[in-house]
Amino acid sequence: MSVMRSIKNKAAIVGIGISNFSRDSRRTELYLACQTIKAALDDAGLTPGDIDGLVKQTDDASDEHAITSSMGMGNLTYFGESRWGAAPSAMVMRAAMGVAAGVANYIVVYRSVNGSSKRRMIPSMRSSGQMSTADLLQWTFNAPFGHMSEAGRAAMIVRRYMYEFGIDGDQFGWVPVVCREHGAKNPNSMYYKKPITMNDYHKSEMVVEPFRRLDYYEEADAAAALVITTAERAQDLKQKPAYILGAAQSMVTDTEALNSYYRKNISALPEMAQVGKKIFSMAGVTIKDIDCAQLDDAYGPFVPMQLEALGFCGKGEGADFCREGKRIRLGADLPVNTSGGSLGEGHIHGMNHVIEAVRQIRGTSTAQVKDARLVLVASGAGGPASGLILGGK
Amino acid sequence: MSVAYDTEHPIPMPPILWDNMGFWEGIKRHELVFQKCKQCGAWLHPPRPACPKCRSFEKEWAPSKGRGTIYSWVTYRNSPHHSFKAPYSVVLVKLDEGVRLVSNMTGVKPEEIYIGMPVEVVFDDISENLTLPKFRKAV
Repeated sequence: MSVMRSIKNKAAIVGIGISNFSRDSRRTELYLACQTIKAALDDAGLTPGDIDGLVKQTDDASDEHAITSSMGMGNLTYFGESRWGAAPSAMVMRAAMGVAAGVANYIVVYRSVNGSSKRRMIPSMRSSGQMSTADLLQWTFNAPFGHMSEAGRAAMIVRRYMYEFGIDGDQFGWVPVVCREHGAKNPNSMYYKKPITMNDYHKSEMVVEPFRRLDYYEEADAAAALVITTAERAQDLKQKPAYILGAAQSMVTDTEALNSYYRKNISALPEMAQVGKKIFSMAGVTIKDIDCAQLDDAYGPFVPMQLEALGFCGKGEGADFCREGKRIRLGADLPVNTSGGSLGEGHIHGMNHVIEAVRQIRGTSTAQVKDARLVLVASGAGGPASGLILGGK
Repeated sequence: MSVAYDTEHPIPMPPILWDNMGFWEGIKRHELVFQKCKQCGAWLHPPRPACPKCRSFEKEWAPSKGRGTIYSWVTYRNSPHHSFKAPYSVVLVKLDEGVRLVSNMTGVKPEEIYIGMPVEVVFDDISENLTLPKFRKAV
């Protein structure tokens, strides 16, 4: 009996689709999802009839059956989902597992949300009956004290990180500055031709100290989709495949979604460290081999923390790594978030990071890293995490 | 300075579950209690069905001395909810027993808060139905 030891090189991303980012799409989320899936299928040279698997983000309003019926997908044999900001890389992993195991041949991964025009529901707006046990526990100890915004919850972790490593909050400004610099080159970005300076960062409003407005994402209406198939099938399709060399998820004791306050050390991202170890060993590569990284920048200060967790620098050195953008901008040793990411392109819960990784492998990014061969994607900072290493061969 | 509330909008009530009921019952009678594992003696917060250290389901609600230090804090300059008037701070207190608790300060301005600040618990009877554990600067 043969045992599948790893999904390394068993699957590839063969199609990508992304909508524009807007503050009001004037479309339903389902419409955006279908339109973007269609774009991903066209990109791959496939039709809805070829698709037999779907992977969605748990919170996505567009159910699998609505997609299947709208798109005329005739025979679905696999559907699954993943949660949180940790979803994008994990959804790709789930799809890669699906095609590698042979339960489906062509799987679409999608995310569609009118995050700006249809305010995402915060738990206070839900009845407790609809909340998960973990959300209820978190809400019990946060809400009565007014600790209610995601940014506020993330900021609590970042304040401790700043204290432990003597980091001045101003240093975090280099993350949005570099993301916007990259996004300014990207015609699909909400911030196309709109770079910012450190001066803009310093003038940016303190929303929830220590976070300024520019430290975290703006809600947007957007959708994104990917098509994944086996490495063999990938060779017969239209595009240069982005092979999945490493893929992992992580959760540990005391992981809470943006609320990991109760473990010994809150100023590190142990889930991302675990993801890093696993994807590097699975892909059989080291940090030196990575040509660029698409990191979770929903909260900019988590970028230096991810650089530390993934081993690109030592503990407490992440802010210095980002200083003046010298090491993270296009042309540097590790260009980060070359499409702009959440801060510089738009927020679609980390899906654009995967799409940009594929573009880098294809050589079609608007901030192309010369001869990019290996690209790392990190999803989910400050809670459950997942990650990918994609390669051109 | 404490958190100022807009009385037109009630504070969101903590959802009480069987697993955390003992905590809120303690607060109601002005007693700060935390889950403590009967088997290995670990102090546990937030409350859960089993002890993550030794996996025992045998727990008790044990009184805390209510003293600790500020472990981290944030200041909301924009309020995310009608009932809380910005600015106000939310603190993460590390109790001497080792557990951490999200709370608010009373009698302290946001700019006076610092990591390591010694604090002690006070009980704020906000309404007939809600008492919250808060902290003041310890002498």
